[in-house]
This record gives sequence, structure tokens and C-alpha cells, in this order.
Amino acid sequence: MTKKTLIPIGPYHPLQEEPELFKLYCEGEIVKDIKWETGYNHRGIEQLSEKKTFDQSFFLVERICGICSTSHPLAFANALEEAGNIEITNRAKYIRSIIAELERVHSHLLWVGLAGHFLGYNTVFMWAWKYREPILDLFEMITGNRNSYAMFKVGGVRRDIENSMIPKITKILDMVKKKTDMLVGAVMDDPVIHARTKGVGTLTKQDIIDYAAVGPTARASGVDVDVRRDDPYAAYPLVNWKVITAEKGDVFAKAEVRLLEMYESISIIEQCLEGLKKEKEGDTEVKVKHVAAGWGTGHAEAPRGEVFHYVLTDGSNSPARHKIRAPSYTNIATFKKSCVGQTISDATISLAAVDPCYCCTERMAVAYNWKTGERILNGNELIALSAKKTQKIRNQI
Amino acid sequence: MGFKELCFKKSLWLFHFGGASCNNCDIEILDCLTPRFDVERFGMLLVGSVRHADVLLVNGSINKRDKSRLLEIYEQAPKPILVVAIGACGCTGGIFAEGNTFAGPVDKIIPVDAYIPGCPPKPEAILAGVVKLLNK
Repeated sequence: MTKKTLIPIGPYHPLQEEPELFKLYCEGEIVKDIKWETGYNHRGIEQLSEKKTFDQSFFLVERICGICSTSHPLAFANALEEAGNIEITNRAKYIRSIIAELERVHSHLLWVGLAGHFLGYNTVFMWAWKYREPILDLFEMITGNRNSYAMFKVGGVRRDIENSMIPKITKILDMVKKKTDMLVGAVMDDPVIHARTKGVGTLTKQDIIDYAAVGPTARASGVDVDVRRDDPYAAYPLVNWKVITAEKGDVFAKAEVRLLEMYESISIIEQCLEGLKKEKEGDTEVKVKHVAAGWGTGHAEAPRGEVFHYVLTDGSNSPARHKIRAPSYTNIATFKKSCVGQTISDATISLAAVDPCYCCTERMAVAYNWKTGERILNGNELIALSAKKTQKIRNQI
Repeated sequence: MGFKELCFKKSLWLFHFGGASCNNCDIEILDCLTPRFDVERFGMLLVGSVRHADVLLVNGSINKRDKSRLLEIYEQAPKPILVVAIGACGCTGGIFAEGNTFAGPVDKIIPVDAYIPGCPPKPEAILAGVVKLLNK
């Protein structure tokens, strides 16, 4: 039997900007098994959220993840509006969609850059991040901050996009579109990128279904899921757009899906801006004085996939229970399929291909056996497991 | 010129420690390296190991799991090293300070030379903070 070598990546590794530990078990250069450890980023968001009022919670869920700082508040707002049966104005819907799509453009550009960086192709990194800056400028102009936007509230949005801003926004979008063309050309036609990403980290349609992956990761393997279309929210039913899918499921297909999605996003923003012109200025919110006791669920399609929020309200002004599920939580599990059998150098780009976001992922879940309905692990069993592990470590010392 | 000034006179190499953060500060630190801000012009470079670094950038609140790792990384660092706490969470714990996994802001764990507040601080603020620290 050959001996397996353990190669750790992380927790504080220059490859990742977030703390996360991957253990690659290798034979020679081939990865035979992979394990990962989380918890370096756990902040207890769900518990914190129950201490805050609904209005304060928005600022908290925004900080679950800095890159998805629209998707989480949007899903939370959807959940609360479902719980309280609140219908928002069209102008607020358009503004919500504009912010969400701008975020998708900046997030996908960020991913393209990082993917280039992981391939050792720093030109792509520098380019993509350079053209991401105008989008951040737009955010600063609309919301006052480059990253955490604080745009959403129950019943609408906090700030209006005034009609006088629209020409400026369109001008910057046109510029970004041109630069994206160039970037897409550079990535899609580059023989180096083809050689490094085609046939690497392939996930079949069945893998996606088995691991319940979502977002661009699923769409790149031909699984046509998109919450924006399947369970519409904000202004998505009011505009024309299509869901981008690819068939191959390798890293190149994932890059293709993300790059083409950026065009769709820009087109959605342009249509929403047209829609804004027809609505009355300043009509951005309905006053909400009370959220009735009950519960609500909210989805939003984040750049990485479906964000899900469940809120239980008891008639007071703060959530009685708040449950969050982020897309990377399921996407990360696909590493078992995409990395095993690759060389170490290909494993890094396969890890990056799902655009993992660890600060979203720091969640806790309980698994059920879907056939019998039994809990596979309950709280006490988890505590027992943890005690067993501590004992094992003590014995080793 | 003292020993400390001599150490920090030329190109500074940075090591980035991302604690339990929301990723915003991490992205803004990376942003400093990209064409619009481009700190590499001033010889600043993100390095892979703290053993090569002159500056330790810490962002995010520190949770119970991170605490021992942060201490270990600080011990591995060559001295003198400048420690910069970035963002509201790095400075005080920010919005996560009440969480049940919070283990204290950075300055309760290791000595900090400069604080850059903001949620997240803009890349300009990060640059200004480092420049101020060097001129101190």
C-alpha cells in the first residue's frame, strides 16, 4: 500500500483571503482525498440577530459576507415581508434589482480576477480588478459606501436612485460593458487558460443533484436553477432576461457562465433604469409599523447561488428565530468530486471554481435521513463526538 | 537612526491575517494591490509567510478558534514587527463583539501599533494608515 502524504492548505494561506483549512491527501502528485475544517470564521450571526431589532439586523446580515452584502439583506427583507404580508412599491423593486445585479457584476469580476491569480496568470487578476473599480464607484455614488451598502429595509429601500443619476450610471455601465468584452475575449481565446481549465474539476449533472449545489456551479453543469426565475422577487418578473447555462461542468464552463451572466446583469440594470424613469421619484418605501407574529422564508440569488433566510417572528420587534443558509455551504461539498483524482496544481483552481465564500459558510446544520426521517446526528451526539475527539487528542499528547 | 527605523526604512512586506471577518476588509486589502491603488509602487508586497514580513495586517473580530493561531503567528514573526488592526472589527470587535464566540479585539491579544477604522476602511484609508505609521 502506498503512503498518502498530507498537504495542508491554510488556515492562513496566501492563496485564500479567508481562513479555512484544506487537507489534501496525496499519492505522488495526485489528490486521493480531501477534507476541510471550518470554524475560523464563526461569529454567531444567528444568535446575534435574535438580540437585535429588525432594522438593526439588516446591518448584521449585510456583514455575513462582504461580497454578498446585498443578497443576504434582500433575502432577509423577502422573509420579513412574507411574514408580515407587506407589498413594496415598484420603484423599490427596481432599486433592489439594480443593487443586486451591480453586486453580481462586481462579484463575478472579482472571481475572474482571483481565478486568474490562482492559475498564476496575474494579468487577468489586475485587469478584472481594475474594471471592478468603476462598479464600486457606482455603489459609492448610489449608497455612500463601496462595500456594505445599507440599502434595504422592511418595506422598501433606504435611499432613492434619483432620475438625475441615471445618465451617469448608464455611462459607467457602457464603459464596463466595453471592458468586459475585452476581458471575455482575453479569457475565452487564451490558449493558456484553455489548457489549464478545460476538463479540470469536472462536475457532472448527477454530482450537482447529489450534492445539492446551487448557482453558477450548478448552471455550468447543465442544471437549470435560478431563484430569480423560479421564485421571483424584486423586479425580476418585470424585465426580460435569460438564465445562462453550460453543459461541460469544468472550470472553463464555470468561467463562461459567470462571464456571460455579467452581460445579462448589465442588461437587467439598464431595463430597471428605464423602469425607474416611469415611477414617481421618492416613492421608495411603505411605512411598516409592526411585523405580525408568524414566519416567513426569503430567497435571493446571490452571485454564488441561492441564499435562504427563515425568520420566525413573535409580534415583537426582533426575530424569535433566524436561520440562514448560504450557497457556499452546499457548493463546498462538491470538492469531494471535483478535486479528487486531480493533480495538486489543478486542485487549487478546482477549489476556487465554485467561488467559495467561507464567511457565508460558517453555519451549523443537522442532517436527516431522507428515507426514514430520522436525525442522523442530534445535538447530544455532536457533543459526544466532540468529547471523543478531545479525548483522542489528549491521548496523543 | 535607531534599529527600528532602519528595519522599516525600505520595502515593507505585508502579511495578512484574516480573522473572523465578513471578507470586506480582506477584499479591500487585496484591492490596494491592484492597478488603481497599486501599493507595489512603494515596495509593499503581500507575502505568504509571516516569517518574511515586516507588517502584520489583522482584520476581523477574533473568535475563540482564531485566538491561539493569532498568538502563534505573532510569535513566529520576526521582531520588530508592526501590527495594524484594520476595520471596525479589528479595532473593537464591531458588530460581532456581542457574539458568543468572540474572544476579544486584536489589541487584547497582541500589541497593536496602528488602528484603521471603517467598515470596511477604503483602500485610501488603509494606505494613509500605513504611511502615518511609517512617519511616526
